[in-house]
Amino acid sequence: MEFVEIIQMLINGFGKTLLLFAITLIASLPLGLLISFGSRSKFIPVKWFCRGLVWVIRGTPLLLQILAVTLIPYYVFRIGNTDITSFLGIKMKWLLFSYACIAFIINYACYFSEIFRGAIESVPKGQYEAGKVLGMTKGQIFKEVILFQVIKKSLAPVSNEVITLVKDTALASVAGVIELYTSAQSLVNTYVVLTPLVYAAVFYLIFNGLLTILFGYLEKKLSFYTE
Amino acid sequence: MAYLELNNFTKSFASVKVLKGIDLSVAKGQVVSIIGSSGSGKTTLLRCINFLETPDNGVMTLDGETLFDSNQSKKDTDAILREKRLNFGLVFQSFNLFPQYNVLDNITLAPTLLLKSRINHRKQKELFLAEKKKINDEALALLETIGLSDKAKAYPCELSGGQCQRVAIARALALKPKVLCFDEPTSALDPELTGEVLKVIRSLKDKDRTMIIVTHEMGFAKKVSDKIVFMADGVIEEEGTPKQIFEKPKSEKLIHFLSSVNNKDGE
Repeated sequence: MEFVEIIQMLINGFGKTLLLFAITLIASLPLGLLISFGSRSKFIPVKWFCRGLVWVIRGTPLLLQILAVTLIPYYVFRIGNTDITSFLGIKMKWLLFSYACIAFIINYACYFSEIFRGAIESVPKGQYEAGKVLGMTKGQIFKEVILFQVIKKSLAPVSNEVITLVKDTALASVAGVIELYTSAQSLVNTYVVLTPLVYAAVFYLIFNGLLTILFGYLEKKLSFYTE
Repeated sequence: MAYLELNNFTKSFASVKVLKGIDLSVAKGQVVSIIGSSGSGKTTLLRCINFLETPDNGVMTLDGETLFDSNQSKKDTDAILREKRLNFGLVFQSFNLFPQYNVLDNITLAPTLLLKSRINHRKQKELFLAEKKKINDEALALLETIGLSDKAKAYPCELSGGQCQRVAIARALALKPKVLCFDEPTSALDPELTGEVLKVIRSLKDKDRTMIIVTHEMGFAKKVSDKIVFMADGVIEEEGTPKQIFEKPKSEKLIHFLSSVNNKDGE
């Protein structure tokens, strides 16, 4: 097999990886913020639901969670995947991809929520009080005063999670998603050479290198003030 | 006639009674300093006046309007509470400037948000921009009063503690409160920086503003105040003109407090 063909296949897989990565990130960051609000809610049922969710999600392997999401429709609701695909009018590979997305979004939202919760709680009480005596609403205080400080405080731990996410996307293979790692693996199985795995590693490495540079830039951007 | 009047304010935290029945009246344009040792309830009183704490009992009137009455069973909505808070300004011991905004934005943020709640900045763009410019000009004028015109674009982390506190004063003034409160405005400052802040506060007095100052700076309180209130153990132990309080103290506790303050250098 030609080098070019191998790279072509890996690029296809990497496309899926990128898509899963982007969808997870875009959905789990705001969802994480919502869960962090829930964990701090004064309404006890909401608070315990959110804290319970975080406990379960952080306490079990992501691999199992992906499996659970793919298996729940059949084993709990007795609805087969083919029924769903024909009902929604989508291809099987996109259904499997959606399962993976759901599992990743919930998993990462829970981790992000704890980062945000810590950041929110580390903003001094005086910031809220200053907003109050200046006649701001609760929403204004959060949006105009607190949120930015939370983003700055969260950036380093969030960047850590984001880099982990890039590598975790390989776990989507258990849902049957042909992403970068799975493509490499199938090339290895077909042609009995190990080089595709090395190439895949290089893909991950380069992508994470770019993310590191991006987060370094963002951190620098936000360093215009200290507390 | 009293401008601001508090009647029988009480406040407990858990089982600790912090305020045990405070009556206080402040005339318009008057500067009142509250002195007393730590834990006497000074700061709690100030926080109650600013609606940061809700008193357990008591009535507060300002300019003839009842702002707080513990006998009223109906709780204020957030909007009403915000409106009531705006009668007062509060300068904190720890400044509490917003670190991500520069000096000018710290001062203009709250007035701009209030403006946005009055005027739709998309539909009435021109009016909004004109009003916004007014807010900016007023903020720049305030910066001049506090002597920090050259720091408009600086961030709080680039300023000294004294400069931060002066900005915090300007921020409170920008909303034109009827009563301006100070909670130990110089306690977090290095000794050499307290002078500049006290000077700014003194300069505000000339402009006929009603002010309540919780302070440990006795010399300053003596000079700037029309009335001194001495608090001990959650009650107002003694009040009077600076002369009465510092030269002819009556109560045991005040005499003891003044002598311990005077001997703080360990002489």
